[in-house]
Amino acid sequence: MKKNNAVLLSTPYLIWMVLFTLIPLGVVVYYALTDPATGVFSLVNLRQLGMYLPVLWTSIVYSLVSALVCLILGYPVAYFIAHCGQTAQKFLYMLVMLPMCMSFLLRTLAWVGLLNDQGIINNLLVAFFDWLRSLGGVFAGIPEDFGRLTLIRTPGAVVLGMVYNYLPYMILPLYTTIVKIDHRLIEAAEDLGCNGVQTFRRVILPLSMPGILSGITMVFVPAVSTFYISQKMGSSNTVLIGDVIERQFKQGNNPNLGAALSIVLMILVFVCTGIMNRFGGDEEGSVMV
Amino acid sequence: MKKIISFVLAVCLVLGCCGVFASAKGEKVTLYVYNWGQYIAEGDDDSMDIIAAFEEAYPNIKVKYSTYDSNESMYAKLSNGGITVDVIIPSDYMVGRMRQEGMLLELNYDNIPNAQYIDESFRNTSYDPENKYSVPYTWGTVGIIYNTKYVDEADVTGWELLWNEKYADKILMFDNSRDAFGIAQYLLGYDINTTDEAELQACADKLAEQKGVVQQYVMDQIFDAMENEEAWIAPYYAGDYLTMVEENEDLAFYRPDHQGFNVFIDAMCIPSCCQEKEAAELFINFLCDPEISAANMDFIGYSVPASESKQYMDEDVVNDPVAYPDAEELRNASSFDYLPEDVSRYMESLFMSVRNG
Amino acid sequence: MKRTNRFITILIFIFLYIPMAVLVVASFNTGKNITHFDGFTLQQYVKLFKDDGLLELLRNSLVVSILASLIATAFGTVAAIGINGLNPKLRKAAMSLTNIPMTNPDIVTGVSLSLLFVFVGSKLLGQRNSLTFWTLLIAHVTFNLPYVILNIMPKLKQMDESLTDAALDLGCTHVQAFFKVTIHEIMPGIISGAIMAFTMSLDDFVISYFVTGLDFVTLPVEIYSYTKKPIQPKIYAMFTLLFLLIFVLMVISNVIQLMGDKKRQVARGK
Repeated sequence: MKKNNAVLLSTPYLIWMVLFTLIPLGVVVYYALTDPATGVFSLVNLRQLGMYLPVLWTSIVYSLVSALVCLILGYPVAYFIAHCGQTAQKFLYMLVMLPMCMSFLLRTLAWVGLLNDQGIINNLLVAFFDWLRSLGGVFAGIPEDFGRLTLIRTPGAVVLGMVYNYLPYMILPLYTTIVKIDHRLIEAAEDLGCNGVQTFRRVILPLSMPGILSGITMVFVPAVSTFYISQKMGSSNTVLIGDVIERQFKQGNNPNLGAALSIVLMILVFVCTGIMNRFGGDEEGSVMV
Repeated sequence: MKKIISFVLAVCLVLGCCGVFASAKGEKVTLYVYNWGQYIAEGDDDSMDIIAAFEEAYPNIKVKYSTYDSNESMYAKLSNGGITVDVIIPSDYMVGRMRQEGMLLELNYDNIPNAQYIDESFRNTSYDPENKYSVPYTWGTVGIIYNTKYVDEADVTGWELLWNEKYADKILMFDNSRDAFGIAQYLLGYDINTTDEAELQACADKLAEQKGVVQQYVMDQIFDAMENEEAWIAPYYAGDYLTMVEENEDLAFYRPDHQGFNVFIDAMCIPSCCQEKEAAELFINFLCDPEISAANMDFIGYSVPASESKQYMDEDVVNDPVAYPDAEELRNASSFDYLPEDVSRYMESLFMSVRNG
Repeated sequence: MKRTNRFITILIFIFLYIPMAVLVVASFNTGKNITHFDGFTLQQYVKLFKDDGLLELLRNSLVVSILASLIATAFGTVAAIGINGLNPKLRKAAMSLTNIPMTNPDIVTGVSLSLLFVFVGSKLLGQRNSLTFWTLLIAHVTFNLPYVILNIMPKLKQMDESLTDAALDLGCTHVQAFFKVTIHEIMPGIISGAIMAFTMSLDDFVISYFVTGLDFVTLPVEIYSYTKKPIQPKIYAMFTLLFLLIFVLMVISNVIQLMGDKKRQVARGK
């Protein structure tokens, strides 16, 4: 194709992207550097950022843990799907995709209903122990209302919410890399005397590295910036950076501080994905869902 | 196959576009009403559907109804700009703040004849001395709602109940700065309209101390949490208690009258971003109609500022001391006043740091 | 090994689908509490279809996502072909630009677009209402474009350029060559890009939440405000219907694909 044509075709797109991705970021910087009350240039927002370092740290810890849990849970699933027959693969892939298309707000709310102190799981537990008590004998000593667990509003519940919401983002890229692994390589390894564990460690795992890295990124980025999951599943003490930003905009009437925090979040995410890409080598849009 | 897909897409597109622009074609006025959640009768539980009734009475007006969950979130949405609203219903201190900041339009009372029914005691208030900008919608009080099944009556002694570690993780708290600070101010014995930074800081410390026992900071989620007994103690508005107690009989309401409590007026206003002022005034007038307001109050449970309406209301509601406390109980009640802008900002930022800390 | 994997997979699928089952069951509940099943009723579905507000929100969501995904697909296809023809340096720059909304957290994209619209609309142009249907559409097109482009680029790279050259040699104009050759070669990428854009748009909450005003609200944004009030069970009924709809659509598209694959295999077998 002629070079002129290429420039002609891509220019409108580039202009659009500059207008609606680069310039908005500029506006965010502008807001971050102005005083909320007077609207003049000031560093007051940046000075307040130090206060939010602990919140930022909590967000990173929560989302890294979630990403790791997703990897541990997601890898066997992706591996299993990749080794099914063609039709089964398509169908299972669809079943993983499907939850992503449904309102995550309502699905998270369903978890709240399951985990609440008066929720479904606790009600079932209590009903079970009531039934045991009614049997009499050794079980007669079980106290009333026995078996209630504190599930909701714990750090575990927040991680569960994140894992539940973002697990498909881990499984799908893992599946696309694993399915592409040349089966002859595995056979070769086995022929050369590797046992199952060795084959996995020396052949399969290194070959699925791009999928692992892109999966971790795809879980980490939305998890670190979420505000809904921590609001619904966490206690009043689990505050994540996304919560703080949302609250500054929607309640606190301080978009300027919100803008400054957004910049911090953005830099954090770019640094993290940068590190990931470093490990994974430079691949343009390597693994798409 | 591709043809079928593109055909289906094209049909969807055309239908969709028709949908979008059809509403624009008719000569209808669209009125944007922005109100608190759970704050108008919408036809549930055999109540009157006020908005449908209004649209029936004025067929050329279509109401678009949206809700907010606190004065502060409504203010943030309006002051950040970018939206059109015709009618809002802020509380007293927020009416004062928005009036001072030029965010409200003066009302034309020729279009609101029903404003005559408003009782004298709700006129010429400190937040709107000449009634130029607002017409009262409801009034009410703030107290503590608690579940008698779990909470020991001996512990119900005052606002300190909300700090009681015995009920840790079963206590809910207001998720808006003014109401939350108000409680701390009553507890510490400060004036609720203080502008003293040291006092505000002390309140923030008191609220931060409470954080360990608070299950969640909520507004209208309180309905589900209290009805399902997920939480046992929560400060909230008297009118909403009356709604909740219908679902769960174990709930009780308590106003710490020895420490003081907040009595508030929520008033209808027209913000400066309004585009349909006359329709907005017709809507305000409609809500002031004694029979309409009686039907509305019967459902939402708040107290009515126009005695004229009481004759159309349920006897039980009108005589309920929760909704209409006597003068003796109200002697220590006080209402929020407009604070200077820098104090409002300071209080908001303190509350944000309590929430985020 | 395989058996443990299967076991884990089954557990994970149960984990993924239990909350949805809870919502589906709740839609048939006579009580309004999600945790107690009081009895079976279809009342919530009746209420849902009587609720014009909810149906309008659903329509709003569909309008935005269909329009945004179509615009993004057409625009993105053209752009991808253009980018593919650029010299490596420019191409790399264009791809980095494309990657910004992909790597940026949604909340930052939402915040930045809303600040832009309000800044330009209210402060520069003095509009009263700067967050409208059109700004929402712009936001959706913007976050859809990268998905379309990243789906098409690999197909363009795989494509044999001599095919286009052959078409040109045989007297096609560039436009004809595009419609007769290129578009067929990259069709799978276009379709998967469009589908992805559509689903992303339909389910987007975070960006829309910051970019919508009051006059045009989409379903996910309104669901968020519903979750801050006592929840109305008709929402569960709507969830159930949407779940069924998407499930059926996915099964159909899978079956069609499978049949296509089989045909191709048969053709290759010959």
